Amino acid sequence: MPRLSSLWNLANPTRFLGLADRLLPWLAALASALLGVGLYLSFFVAPPDYQQGETVRIMFIHVPAAWLGLFMYVMMSASALGTLVWRHPLADVAQKAAAPIGAAFTFVCLVTGSLWGKPMWGTWWVWDARLTSVLVLFLMYLGIMALWRAVDDPGRAARAVAVLTLVGVVNIPIIKFSVDWWSTLHQPAAVFRIDGPTIHPSMLWPLLVMALGCTVLAIALHVAGMRNEILRRRVRSLRLMEAERLDAGAETAAGAAR
Amino acid sequence: MRISVEGLACRRGERLLFRDLSFALASGEALVVTGRNGAGKSSLIAMLAGRLTPAAGEIRAEGIGEATLAEVANHVGHKEGLKASLTAEENLAFAGAMLGRPRLSPREALARVGLARAADLPAGYLSAGQRRRVALARLFVSRRPLWLLDEPTSALDAASQARLAEVMQGHLAEGGLIIAATHAPLGLEGTKTLSIDAHVPGVDMSGGAEGERA
Amino acid sequence: MTRAFLALVLRDLRLAARVGGSGAMGLVFFLMLVAVVPFALGPDLNLLARIGPALLWFSAVLATLIGLDRLFQTDVEDGAIDLILSSDTPLEVLVAAKGVAHWLTTGLPLALCAPLFGLLLALTPGAMLSVAATLVVGTPALTFIGAVGAALTASLGRGGLLLAILVMPLMVPTLIFGVSAASAATAGTIAFLTPFLILAALSLVAIVIGTFAAAAALRQSA
Repeated sequence: MPRLSSLWNLANPTRFLGLADRLLPWLAALASALLGVGLYLSFFVAPPDYQQGETVRIMFIHVPAAWLGLFMYVMMSASALGTLVWRHPLADVAQKAAAPIGAAFTFVCLVTGSLWGKPMWGTWWVWDARLTSVLVLFLMYLGIMALWRAVDDPGRAARAVAVLTLVGVVNIPIIKFSVDWWSTLHQPAAVFRIDGPTIHPSMLWPLLVMALGCTVLAIALHVAGMRNEILRRRVRSLRLMEAERLDAGAETAAGAAR
Repeated sequence: MRISVEGLACRRGERLLFRDLSFALASGEALVVTGRNGAGKSSLIAMLAGRLTPAAGEIRAEGIGEATLAEVANHVGHKEGLKASLTAEENLAFAGAMLGRPRLSPREALARVGLARAADLPAGYLSAGQRRRVALARLFVSRRPLWLLDEPTSALDAASQARLAEVMQGHLAEGGLIIAATHAPLGLEGTKTLSIDAHVPGVDMSGGAEGERA
Repeated sequence: MTRAFLALVLRDLRLAARVGGSGAMGLVFFLMLVAVVPFALGPDLNLLARIGPALLWFSAVLATLIGLDRLFQTDVEDGAIDLILSSDTPLEVLVAAKGVAHWLTTGLPLALCAPLFGLLLALTPGAMLSVAATLVVGTPALTFIGAVGAALTASLGRGGLLLAILVMPLMVPTLIFGVSAASAATAGTIAFLTPFLILAALSLVAIVIGTFAAAAALRQSA
């Protein structure tokens, strides 16, 4: 099974570090290029909306951020399965590195949503079903990050977080459904809905380029985050070894003195 | 300085641990407190450190001016008081700031217990014996004359025990006082011994040996 | 004396920042409370704006309570309390240091983030400012009142719930004047300054009484 073995080789953290070092400059360059083009298209090429005016340009950041906030959670859940089922050495690392990136994109989504809401709704925040679901997603990210911080041993932390992440995945549809139900129960009909008619191609292209750019950016950040986490764990085990060696050193020194 | 203890009794909850315990100790002297488990060795140390109030009796200290006994005592108890996420050096720097009367720097103190290279390692990464030695390094960060040690040799290997005996001898030579509760011999010369068993109610009183060894 | 004070503050700040520390946990809990309450009340922005200052204050009280039980308990568990008690610096000064460190890691971040979370509750800029100002002035009272409970329950294994029961009644005055000052901007029935100054006075009193009472309790129980 050559394919499986090559996958297994990649699972070796040292190999991953080598690959990451080779990939990262390309990913970073690609992300910068795509985002550069995407931002240019969004700000200078795409026409202002006939209803929303210039503020519609916030969408070009808001929508990709929302997409990546979700994407990183899916990524984390896949890694969590890897941790629990296959005990894959890199799955823990992928899981941990994904959390802050996902939280950051979710936060960007919330902030841009709020900035967009001010001119549209006249207030910074509306308990709209979709915004609220994203807020709950953000809270879940915070919980996962808090659990990572609470446990010092990465192996134990990884399994605990994996369980929490998977419980979160099972709950996401339930939360989404409940929030929608709660929202329609309460929502005054006057709120302006963003999902108007179909999106015009002149806006679709910049949006797609931005979404692609943000995705490449997220992947680059994730690879870099995984690399950092592997290095951090190596530092940790080196320090543990150092602590063990202290005793051995003391014994030999004492033996020599005798 | 001089410490004299007279007719000391200790009660934990409903139980009387020991009574009628007396001894005197002057600068340059060490007292080894022995006794079976649960006899109240640790309680005696805690009383001297000001952490427990005697049920009866008196603890007097002379030659320390306005200070209380607790303020001139450097107490290393069962619990090491080390924070797992702080490095050995940070732990000792904190201990130094609490104890006052600065003497050696944290790094120098760690070198005294043979853990100079552990200075930047978090205490949580260290083994039980190493943590014990970091706690004992506390004795060097402050110039407090009275060392109160509760089972100082527990979790220490032979080499570390020998080193500990050496530094305790040095402390006595400088005019310090040491009171240590222990089962194991400390390897010190010219110490007084006090057996708590002799003062435990319900135990044969005549068999207790309290006295001086030359 | 200042050396011991600063060393203790610095140590507690370090502990909060390192792995396993309480860090921003209080802040996250604060955000969760603010975010979850509208699910119970409904998303009516007018209602939320009206009760917003009270909601933020109540959440701040709960978020402060959450981490308080560990204030002295960790030191009692690992024996660091022996060092603190045997210091020649008065225990009151060291208790004050612990309170200051706790406030810097819990109360102050809550106050600074309150305006941001106020956005979720459709607070007006004036209301946000007054909530933040009252929290800056009022959270020291919460910390130091809580410190008394923390000192009393320090040697009990699971003091968390007991601590809340002990100190919640004592926090009532702070809550009353905090909320009345904070909502003065929106309600406009009373002047802002009167309750605000009383709140400041309550904090000062709590710092003094809390420090001495917590030190006395620690001497007894730890």
